[in-house]
Amino acid sequence: MRNVIRGFLGLGLIGAAAGFWITAPRTIDPQTIDGLTGDAARGEQVFWAGGCASCHASPSADSDDMILLTGGKAFATDFGTFYAPNITSDPTHGIGVWRQIDLANAILAGVSPSGKHYYPAFPYTSYARLNAQDVVDLWAFMQILPPSDVASKAHDVSFPFSVRRGLGLWKQLFAHPEPVVRTDLTAEQQRGQYLVEGTGHCGECHSPRNALGGIDYARWLGGAPNPSGKGTIPNITSGALDWSEGDIAEYLSSGFTPEFDSAGGEMAEVVENTARLPQSDRDAIAAYLKAVPPVSNE
Amino acid sequence: MSVFSKVASIALSAAIIATPLVAQDQKALEAAVKARKSQMTLFAFNLGLLGGMAKGQIDYDADKAQAAASGLLALTALDASRMWLPGTDNETMDNTRALPAIWAEGSDIGAKAQAFGEAVGAMDAAAGQGLEALQGAMGGVGGACGSCHKAYRGPRN
Repeated sequence: MRNVIRGFLGLGLIGAAAGFWITAPRTIDPQTIDGLTGDAARGEQVFWAGGCASCHASPSADSDDMILLTGGKAFATDFGTFYAPNITSDPTHGIGVWRQIDLANAILAGVSPSGKHYYPAFPYTSYARLNAQDVVDLWAFMQILPPSDVASKAHDVSFPFSVRRGLGLWKQLFAHPEPVVRTDLTAEQQRGQYLVEGTGHCGECHSPRNALGGIDYARWLGGAPNPSGKGTIPNITSGALDWSEGDIAEYLSSGFTPEFDSAGGEMAEVVENTARLPQSDRDAIAAYLKAVPPVSNE
Repeated sequence: MSVFSKVASIALSAAIIATPLVAQDQKALEAAVKARKSQMTLFAFNLGLLGGMAKGQIDYDADKAQAAASGLLALTALDASRMWLPGTDNETMDNTRALPAIWAEGSDIGAKAQAFGEAVGAMDAAAGQGLEALQGAMGGVGGACGSCHKAYRGPRN
């Protein structure tokens, strides 16, 4: 009998140890960025493609102070309300003391410099697809952005989601950096894939999620309920969107639909970002979207 | 008639009077949403010609461009107050994407409407003056549409 109890205890310990191991924050291999030097000018392109300012600029910022990343914007979700933090170059309230590797761990692995998981409101599940050079370029650009001493606001998240360690399990289940579309793509479509699946993190809003907030890859970009409010984020696969590639690229530049309606809400912010990209990137996004397997509206 | 039935009858007549009033209000709200959507459709209709010319999809024609721009300008002169009644936001009605922030404290909807009017005025001055002038005015109009939609329009229901 005593042996049986001991056996169970042992199994329990192994289980706990396994759980501890599974949920442990995993940083990237430092060699990934070893020897790379950032270029701020290229980093600015990554910055706009990544939409950093759309979340991290002050909620009251107009388009001229989009590079002052004070944070403070609230994101109400089913799991609680998240607040975008200050990511300016301020050493105390921002991330001014971060090294290159710290930004790389945040973006590619969703892990903070102190070794904690970030909540996936920060779209590292998409950003994990970025190449290392883009990350160090972005770091170089962020170094030269103005500081702000506005303190970051704590997230308002209740138990069990308040236990960040649990995100380790979430990451194991749902954070997969491999490409979503696996068919043969042209060089232009591959560039679009990188921008849509990675930097632009389009799938974060345009794809539906399961009850635990994991993206449903079978309905990739097939539309989803608005994560923070009323309404629906549209299906942008060819199963629902019949725009030409030229129409899509134009929309990402001027915000005008083929019917001369214009983008609203968060998509208007996205268009402010994509309008700053080279035309070739908007064309690439359009080319990729045409290659995404069509999802029909349910 | 007992006191009770008197009270009941007063309450009932009040209810009868109140009901058509409420229905009337609801009708006015529905009509307001319908009217402003029609106005938006007409904006898009005129902008479509100007935008098509700007993109080179439609051959530039100074007279037609001027007519479309004047049409846009005329549309901005419509009285907005009856089309944007309080209570016609996407929280209270299903057939609109207008956010409650339009009517909330600190709303700058008036300034945005004015900026749009100015952009359309610039388009009206430019549209007949050649393709380049039209193209130059297009960005301002698009920016004014976008700035209001960004702040005050929710996603499709």
